Amino acid sequence: MLGENFNVKKFQIVNRRMFIVGIAKAVIFTGIIARLFSLQISESKKYKTLSDKNRLREWRLPPVRGQFLDYFGNIIAGNLKVYQLHVVPEQVENFKYLMLRLKEILSLNDQEFRKIISRKNKQKPWETLVVSENLSWEQFAKINYFLHDLTGAKPVLSISRNYPYNETFTHVLGYVSEASEKDILNNEIIKNNHVPGLKVGKIGLEKSFENKLLGTNGVQRYEVNAYGKRINQIDHEDGEPGEKIKLTIDTEVQKLSNKLLKDLAGSISVMDIYTGEIIAMHSSPSFNPNLFLFGISQDDWQLIKNNPLKPLVNKTLSGLYSPGSTIKPIVALSALENKIVNKNFKVNCTGKIEMYGQTYHCWKKKGHGVVDMRDAIKQSCDTYFYEIARKLGVDRLKKTALKFGLENKVLQDTYEIEKKGLVPDTLWKINNLGKGWVIGETLITGIGQGYMQTTPLQLCLMTAQLANGGHKIYPKIVINENDNTLEEIKNLMEENFKNQKENKNSLAEATEEIFSINKEKKYETLYENFENINIVKEAMFASANEVRGTSFSSRIKDPKYQFAGKTGTSQVKRITEEQRALELKTIEIPYNERDHALYIAFGPYKNPRYALSVVVEHGGSGSSMAAPIAKKLFKLIIDRHKLREKIRTKESLKA
Amino acid sequence: MLQSSLNSQLSFFQKLRNLDYILIMCILLLGFISSLSMYSTDGGEFLFHTKSHILKFLIFFPMMILLSFFNIKFWHFFSYIFYLIILISLVWASMYGVKASGSQRWINLYFINLQPSELMKVAIIACLAKYYHRIQLNKINSLQGILISCVILILPVMIVISQPDLGTAILIALSGLVVVWLAGLNIKYFIYSFITLLISLPFAIAFLKPYQKTRVLTFLDPDRDPLGAGYQIIQSKIAIGSGGLTGKGFLKGTQSYLEFLPEKHTDFIYTLFAEEHGLIGALFLLLIYVIIIYRVIRVGYISKSYFAKLFCYGYGSAIFFYVVVNMAMVLGLLPIVGSPLPIMSYGGSSMLATMIGFGIVMSAKIHHKQLIA
Repeated sequence: MLGENFNVKKFQIVNRRMFIVGIAKAVIFTGIIARLFSLQISESKKYKTLSDKNRLREWRLPPVRGQFLDYFGNIIAGNLKVYQLHVVPEQVENFKYLMLRLKEILSLNDQEFRKIISRKNKQKPWETLVVSENLSWEQFAKINYFLHDLTGAKPVLSISRNYPYNETFTHVLGYVSEASEKDILNNEIIKNNHVPGLKVGKIGLEKSFENKLLGTNGVQRYEVNAYGKRINQIDHEDGEPGEKIKLTIDTEVQKLSNKLLKDLAGSISVMDIYTGEIIAMHSSPSFNPNLFLFGISQDDWQLIKNNPLKPLVNKTLSGLYSPGSTIKPIVALSALENKIVNKNFKVNCTGKIEMYGQTYHCWKKKGHGVVDMRDAIKQSCDTYFYEIARKLGVDRLKKTALKFGLENKVLQDTYEIEKKGLVPDTLWKINNLGKGWVIGETLITGIGQGYMQTTPLQLCLMTAQLANGGHKIYPKIVINENDNTLEEIKNLMEENFKNQKENKNSLAEATEEIFSINKEKKYETLYENFENINIVKEAMFASANEVRGTSFSSRIKDPKYQFAGKTGTSQVKRITEEQRALELKTIEIPYNERDHALYIAFGPYKNPRYALSVVVEHGGSGSSMAAPIAKKLFKLIIDRHKLREKIRTKESLKA
Repeated sequence: MLQSSLNSQLSFFQKLRNLDYILIMCILLLGFISSLSMYSTDGGEFLFHTKSHILKFLIFFPMMILLSFFNIKFWHFFSYIFYLIILISLVWASMYGVKASGSQRWINLYFINLQPSELMKVAIIACLAKYYHRIQLNKINSLQGILISCVILILPVMIVISQPDLGTAILIALSGLVVVWLAGLNIKYFIYSFITLLISLPFAIAFLKPYQKTRVLTFLDPDRDPLGAGYQIIQSKIAIGSGGLTGKGFLKGTQSYLEFLPEKHTDFIYTLFAEEHGLIGALFLLLIYVIIIYRVIRVGYISKSYFAKLFCYGYGSAIFFYVVVNMAMVLGLLPIVGSPLPIMSYGGSSMLATMIGFGIVMSAKIHHKQLIA
């Protein structure tokens, strides 16, 4: 009985305890269900994102850089397909072995090899390491042949910048090279589209128009497994290619400019005197921008850097030269405009002039005799200009010079390296040198020496604005659809010309407008009296086409090509009395002390359309060195004129 | 005595009629679902794991039915022997067994690598059930009673920990403890030992193997080392969470298909299922287990013999522990300890043990009126 009683109790206990355990189970199961709810319903979104992040990987493709076209639509900076070798260090089991194999297969030298290794150490392990940016076909084939042994190496087809004309356009376009950390930090657009090995503009238009040229990344989206292996491509988005940029440059003229300045240091600028289109802009010597694409070799770099002719300096935009006698048309114009003298004012040149206890020499030792303004410009008589500069004063000269574009960036913000030069006046000297202006300085400023500094492009613009009859123009190197057409410009000029004639007092107003920030292009007249421009132009014609004119020997008789011009010789070093007595020939002077040769010109004379400036550093005299270059240029420029106009009418029809 | 003689002479058809068909349906359903899941872990192809799993199910399920025809008296008689055989094979496995991934817990039987510790999960319940069946109620809380039950419990647990296989050891301990609790051990002993455990926990942690320590630390903060030890928990949570309400679809679980999910055949099979079938699927699977547990306990409830009752209650609770520990683990509620989900997970020993357990339960159902002296 006792046992049975116990037995009943035993059953009761086990049942009661099972009941307790059952309740505990229900509670715990509820907990599990709650957890399922929280993961799969409440936080589902978060985990879905994490799951996608797990399985989807994006590969960004380098953007396709916009092309540069010349005026005729030829590609002057394009893109080339290149074979590259990429490695993602994170995905390589034995990086050292792979690199040694690659070194062997690509026959890299130790220096190149070390460069790659140091680049690898700089970047994150999951970033693509570009082992070679430009494999030859042979190397590419070889890599593919050994690919089974090179786990982690990825031969890919990529695109790269290419400059088909090599050094011809370097100082116009600049060049691209691999983006540095600074490039990425300073430019949000580069940052957003950056992929390892991305090339960006380092200088020139390539840099100025970076944001337009760059384009956007293409994206390849892959599903990957836990080991990062691509399973399949989910989608592929093409990037937006960079914008095409069309320039005003004529490749043929540019090529000739290169040829004419071969082995010389100097600059050539050619400009349309109405539209302001820059037809050629060359700084010599140039260098091959293709060298910079895949990292320039140390040898090539040293060669460029140590060249005494300084290929890295853009002489057209940032080379500062005393204008020499090329400033004389402006000095004469200023004197006429300010009614200091009239065109019949005469000076007797004896070869030198004594003033305030100093002797000022004319370039012609024997003197020019009695010369009027036309003769003085034609023969470039220094004595005459000493005299009118003295009468004019430097402050009034500066006003005229500024109007014609000196001490002002010709292409504004297009090139960050462009310099604005200097046109001195009394105020400038007090403010900057702390000394009062000396009258002798006015005299040498009158022949373009002394403090005055101009860039070759400024001289070209100055000439163009004289040639078009004294109208302000707006130089450009990039074609903009919204710019005024040639007809519009000519009409505007015509209108301004008429207004000027009717109301001569409007000049003060006009002057103000020139310096105002008003963006609208008005093509204002830059003169007070139209005749004065003609006097100067006529004298420049004489200088180039009449006997005893300084560039008479470089004249072209055919009226189709006939041009007017002005020589200039800019002293690099002050000539001492002893040297003057020696009468050294150019060739006998050390290269660095020789004068710069300058020439400005416009043509055809009857109906001018183009202006140019030529500077040959240490070239001796303008008439012997620079003017013959201008002659050859004009032949080609005028010959190409019809073709150019054909394009222009086509373009305007399209618009 | 009349009753017992009646029960012992049940005809084949009576036995067949007495089978718990709801339980059988649930087990078959689990077998079907687990085969499909295995097919999914093989990437949607009929490969090794799927074939092997289906084969094992096709062998062990009829075996379970067969075992259920043995009288519950036989199981009562056989319990101690069963326990001893498994205990000996545990020692054998620890000394001469097959080594794999750092632990030695398998015996190579040529057609199967047997893991005795899995079988111990069932054996310990049977053994303790017999032990408590045979002693008087007043002996349960005596010193002798406590000591013997402790020895039965601690001996296999220590051996399994030394293999080392913490997960299985914990499940064996839980299975045993729940039987001891059900038998009526005074609650104060549980409280005492719980306090002792808490105090000794810091010392115990000092004795844990480095990888076990990492697991515990990782459980406390999975983001500590997302690519290392925390990886499994994080990826499992991502998989389950990204399943959402309705799941990504059969064979479309990206987490497992793309191999982000570790151990997807075994311990993380529930993760795969929850990813592909969402909350609805996860709850459905949970429901099947709840029904199974309920049916097993119900068999215990109607059983006339104390042994059968205690075994069914114990085994029902043990299944509950297997399921909860596994699910809590993949849901990031417990540290990662190796613990399979019954029948769903790939693994012969686990399925064999589970089926033997069901077989005994089914035998108790058939012979629920049987008394055991």
